[in-house]
Amino acid sequence: MNRNRMPASRRRHMLAGATAIALCTAFQPALAQDDAHYGGTMKLLAVAAGGTLDPQINYTAIYWELYGFLYDGLVTFKKVAGADSAQVVPDLAEALPEVTNDGKTYTFKLRKGVKFANGKEVTPDDVVASFQRIFKVLSPTSGGFYGGIVGADKCLAEAAGCTLEGGITGDAAAGTVTINLVAPDAEFLYKLSVPHASILPADTAASDMGNTPIPGTGAYMIESYDPNAQLVMVRNPNFTEWSKDAQPRGYPDRIEYTFGGTEEAAVNAIMNGQADWMYDPPPADRLAELSTSAPDQLRVAPLAAWWYAPLNVNLAPFDNLKARQALNYAVDRNALVSVFGGPALAQPVCTILPPDFPGHEDFCEYTLNPGPEWTAPDMDKAHALVEESGTKGQKVTVVTDDSASSRGVGTYLQTVLSDLGYDASVQTISGDIQFTYIQNTNNNVQISISQWYQDYPAPSNFLNVLFGCDTFHPGSDSSINISGICDKDLDARMKAAMALGVTDPEAANKEWAKIDHDFMALAPAVPLFTPKDVDLISTRLGNYEFSSQYHWLIANSWVQ
Amino acid sequence: MGPVTGGMSILPTDDNTPSPAATAGEEAWVSRGPWRRVLEGLLASPTAVLSGLLLLVIVLATLLAPVYAARVAGSDPFRSGLSAKIEIDGERVPVMQQSTEGLGLGVTPIGPTWGPQYFLGADTQGRDVAARMLYGGRNSLLIAGASTLLCLALAAVVGIVAGYVGGRVDSVLSNLIDMIWAFPVYLLAISLSIVMIGKSYSFGPFEIASDSLIVPILIIGIVYVPYVARPVRGRVLALNQSEFIMAARGLGIRRARILLRHILPNVATTLIVFAPMLMALNIVTESSLSFLSVGVQPPNASWGTILQDGQALLYSRPVVSMAPGLAIMVTVLLLNLFGDVLRDVLDPKSARGR
Repeated sequence: MNRNRMPASRRRHMLAGATAIALCTAFQPALAQDDAHYGGTMKLLAVAAGGTLDPQINYTAIYWELYGFLYDGLVTFKKVAGADSAQVVPDLAEALPEVTNDGKTYTFKLRKGVKFANGKEVTPDDVVASFQRIFKVLSPTSGGFYGGIVGADKCLAEAAGCTLEGGITGDAAAGTVTINLVAPDAEFLYKLSVPHASILPADTAASDMGNTPIPGTGAYMIESYDPNAQLVMVRNPNFTEWSKDAQPRGYPDRIEYTFGGTEEAAVNAIMNGQADWMYDPPPADRLAELSTSAPDQLRVAPLAAWWYAPLNVNLAPFDNLKARQALNYAVDRNALVSVFGGPALAQPVCTILPPDFPGHEDFCEYTLNPGPEWTAPDMDKAHALVEESGTKGQKVTVVTDDSASSRGVGTYLQTVLSDLGYDASVQTISGDIQFTYIQNTNNNVQISISQWYQDYPAPSNFLNVLFGCDTFHPGSDSSINISGICDKDLDARMKAAMALGVTDPEAANKEWAKIDHDFMALAPAVPLFTPKDVDLISTRLGNYEFSSQYHWLIANSWVQ
Repeated sequence: MGPVTGGMSILPTDDNTPSPAATAGEEAWVSRGPWRRVLEGLLASPTAVLSGLLLLVIVLATLLAPVYAARVAGSDPFRSGLSAKIEIDGERVPVMQQSTEGLGLGVTPIGPTWGPQYFLGADTQGRDVAARMLYGGRNSLLIAGASTLLCLALAAVVGIVAGYVGGRVDSVLSNLIDMIWAFPVYLLAISLSIVMIGKSYSFGPFEIASDSLIVPILIIGIVYVPYVARPVRGRVLALNQSEFIMAARGLGIRRARILLRHILPNVATTLIVFAPMLMALNIVTESSLSFLSVGVQPPNASWGTILQDGQALLYSRPVVSMAPGLAIMVTVLLLNLFGDVLRDVLDPKSARGR
């Protein structure tokens, strides 16, 4: 890989004139310097692992950050910093697809010579099998993202026998894959760019692979994984960089992700040069010290994300609309902002769509003086609603994960629920199981603390994914509609808005804003705050780049 | 700590006849009632008096937690106080203080004011640490005390039945004790806690809530039963062979009467000697479990949970961790000092041997 770049630069030297030679000579040390950054071991820390390694099932930010360098889809988000990071670029496909049949048919031509980490070459059969597998493993977005593929309805009804007949076909001779949609989908390329649409070997078992890594086509492969200890990524020996935008080769030779310990310990390790980065945000009390003693090691970036408390609309007391609305009125968002590190790191929210996100409109119903922004809790109204709901005195358990911020939010909500007259308690469970635990209706979770980071910059990624009927799978760990809400009218309006987005994105965004408003009237969740990303990095870590899609582009940074 | 084995020479009852070398003073001492002798022995020891008084102060202080929270601190230590403000030097300041230096990131709870409000500062939820320390101490002492009583009662039953009945019953009970004792105590306690904590239990009309203190009491009470039951059994086995028990049997006294009148009083003193040491152990065990989130459940407090809260503030507000740590250390030290004297008083032979 390193050798491929040098001849190209040499060629330019040979062909250029005197001026060019001078320019190239000036450039040469920079290239040599850049090459010197390749290699070394990058050390990452997290309080808890992210659960299953299966890229078609896992739906956590902690592993999606890694999947970008482990797996590829037909297309992907450009792995660069800044606004361009939301741009879709061809990945395993040679180019962006040819869209025909009034926006319903996408034809991709596969690159030749791309191999999985197990040495097998990627074929159209792998692509077809991968899309079938999305349904067979009950991927959390099988309905929300890929339910519009022809034949998906049958796959959703009976996953085991999924063929996506008429929906996806591969032509081995031509090296093409054709996907047919039931209706045009303006977001389809975005949906193909996320890890759930990763292309995996056709012989991958159609079940959650758990701790067993599936061979990918990325620059790295997983060498070992123990969710209680460590995940190790090493270079994929069968990888050759085909597109720096889609799958850069990455700087470090080895990435060691260690799980366990506390955020405090992680901060100390980074400050002592024993680790390069921590997944969890630094504890709020350390931030003050770090922001004065080590400002050069902190990176703050805006996120299209929200922290929210999903309310189970199928379980008491939150099966009662007034109880849900009461809690929305009672929560002091400013208090929760302080749990996350203060106004420099979080902003109170009242809507599902984050500020500055397509379709977002400033409005806040659940505040003392309803208007464009949240101002203060309205406890009088909240108490009145609880009285009217007849749910006072009922037992409520807030389920949080074991990170400091989540525990802090959970403890605060417990206080608010107690103030409203509920018999409230907090249950803290490990971060590597909490996210799936709160999704499974068998666990009877009434209220939990969760976060949602955009998969792609479209309103449906929040509204349709988190509150759509297609993403509610009772009894499954992959039921991202944690609230369990399924409002047929709003669901139909969301589908219509997605279709409208194909022809008139602006009108669609206005409709999404209305849908957001109407969902909040049903209060299936309590919007808490929109966070900013704060990364603490080691002094040796260079070339830090932040993407709106992948967040920190791990392998784009170097450690030597 | 390893098991204590073998019988312990304790409070003189039927079997403790004065030695020929006993002085007239000692005879007079022995002639008094046994419990009075214990009390006099304790009062004669400055260590026992001082440690006892300090323990009393700690217990009283924790019992007065509601008064302190309501009348002095003026806050509810179980409610989040993230938006709270207090007056310092005539100025209203927020309890959670936003950083204004550097990049302006982070929020730090107020530190010790050494005044009535937030005497020891606030925790990450803006709650008064001093008030939580008192409430937490109450829970820690309650759990440790109740689990000590439970453990002693269970150990007495198991040890006496095993030692006195003997035969197969002894064999079964002894093996059961050995089996439980084979598990590392903390591992067993943590495992039981993980399984039991966070769930509600119903027994007919009775219900144990998921965050009830009964759950840690039961767990801690059970894991130390072998620690006490084994020496109790040994003591009963020794008593069975003693002359006064043989004589009682020879006189045809019923087994139940022998058990109640002769065995139990001798075993009771063994249990009393164990009580302070076991309580000290239980305080540490409870704190450990709560620190690991498998003991007292939030928002309830114990010294262990406050230690856990303080972990996130170790650098900016170390007092939140230090205060419960110090409380645990002092209480355990006092219990051990008191227990040492109590053992000496209840075991005159051992005391004379020093």
